[in-house]
Amino acid sequence: MNQANSARGIWRVIGASSAGTLIEWYDFYIFGSLATVIANQFFPKTNPTAALLSTLATFAAGFIVRPFGALVFGRLGDLMGRKNTFLLTLVLMGGSTFAIGLVPGYERIGFAAPLLVLLLRLIQGLALGGEYGGAATYVAEHAPPGKRGYSTSWIQTTATLGLFLSLGVILVTRHLLDSDPVASVRKFNDWGWRIPFLVSIVLVVVSIYIRLKMEESPLFKKLKAAGHTSKNPLKESFGHRANLKMVLLALFGAAMGQGVVWYTGQFYAQSFMENVCHIGFDQSRTILIWAILFATPFFIVFGSLSDRLGRKPIMLAGMLLAVFCYRPIYRQMLHTAEVPAVAVTSSMATDDGRRAIELQNGFRYVEKTEAGNTVALEKQLDNGSYLVMVVLVFVQVLLVTMVYGPIAAFLVELFPTRIRYTSMSLPYHIGNGVFGGLTPFIATLLTTTYSSDKLVGLWYPIVVAAFCLIIGLLYLSNRVNPNVTD
Amino acid sequence: MQQLKRWFGMVWIIAGIALAIVLFRIALHEMSSKPQIDTQIQWLVFLVVFLPIIAGLVIFGYYALKGEYDQI
Repeated sequence: MNQANSARGIWRVIGASSAGTLIEWYDFYIFGSLATVIANQFFPKTNPTAALLSTLATFAAGFIVRPFGALVFGRLGDLMGRKNTFLLTLVLMGGSTFAIGLVPGYERIGFAAPLLVLLLRLIQGLALGGEYGGAATYVAEHAPPGKRGYSTSWIQTTATLGLFLSLGVILVTRHLLDSDPVASVRKFNDWGWRIPFLVSIVLVVVSIYIRLKMEESPLFKKLKAAGHTSKNPLKESFGHRANLKMVLLALFGAAMGQGVVWYTGQFYAQSFMENVCHIGFDQSRTILIWAILFATPFFIVFGSLSDRLGRKPIMLAGMLLAVFCYRPIYRQMLHTAEVPAVAVTSSMATDDGRRAIELQNGFRYVEKTEAGNTVALEKQLDNGSYLVMVVLVFVQVLLVTMVYGPIAAFLVELFPTRIRYTSMSLPYHIGNGVFGGLTPFIATLLTTTYSSDKLVGLWYPIVVAAFCLIIGLLYLSNRVNPNVTD
Repeated sequence: MQQLKRWFGMVWIIAGIALAIVLFRIALHEMSSKPQIDTQIQWLVFLVVFLPIIAGLVIFGYYALKGEYDQI
């Protein structure tokens, strides 16, 4: 009976934590996925100040505010408790996302619009910085012995499922606003983009309700009752050599490589399909959606496997495979998206001087001639090429599941209960927010600087992952701590 | 293995210093070649974020060199 209650209990903990974290990721991603639409609404390029605010919204939210949120909420979580802290991050994230959906455009209220959006985006970054560490710690501190990797791997699915949900809601909304597809997209760009932001509030309210019913982490309660909670978690985490060395090891030996593999597989892959392979908006997103859908169960597989084999070999194997497979995978993606040498079945001039072409195998594209060069844009792959592309992206997301599935358990086990929230949140958010978040930017910078090699952007994740792999191999231990009660 | 961990400590220290120099040079080049305010802000953000991380790498190397990771 007790065992059944305990099993039900852990599933309630996993369910409540995962639902809230998933919604936070959804909220964070819809802003990124709708960046172009939002830029048109709030940050007109013709106005330099608005463009500056746009840059701040893009870079500051991910790179400065996320790690800062990790420190602020990590400290709160170690002082006040996990439950109240990650409840607070959920309220902040949900409230700011809903509010973004309500802010009037630049044309109506001028500078107040981009300023408000920037502020709300910063709150989003701050909240995200505090959420993950809380959820992972909370689940790990409830997990039965020997199943910490498995239990926390459910939390690990949420980032990917949040992206999946955001892509799905955007695609559906984009096509449901009018029976005419072109009119529907126009309406979406005009006002329909607000719907994914507003929808978030329903999900957040449900999640807050569920989380309110949860108990505080048993380990934290015990620590608090004994009066052993930390008085100054920031000082204990980063001011004492014994703990600081573990924070640095977590960052350079695991989180840094995990971050670049994660962002390459889920964000650079999409940007590459759209901007380098010139695959159309809808197809580049549905390819990612299928790949995510098939790969997501592997978070659980690798999380669970890490309970038996250890966290280290699985995470490092994921990095090793990424180092050696990225260039062949992306080379194949380029090849798959090339216009095949198949007979043309129709060719029509469009209003803007371009030519819409359909091939016998169903491959469609728009041909544009500029300065004597002909380029194929807005490609719609034929079924065979589409399938190959799904498999190529799936392999990348599979690598993500290898590095990301076990990392929550790995980070939790590295630090003592009294400063766990603070200590694990910072390396995680520097690894993901800074090293991972910079992947699309640095890859694009490399591609524009060395334009002769379309795959040059991959050197950034390859070098960072290789660096992390060497540090991980040398310094990480493969011991799985049987309990996390210090 | 413990000796290897320590020797590599020196590698991380040198890599950290080299990265700091490279980052400074790229940031200065980008900021002077594209003097728009948003480019400058962007590279200032990178410097503010990455310099402490690079300092962390140097400290990591120092700890490794001193044998702090020998027993892990």
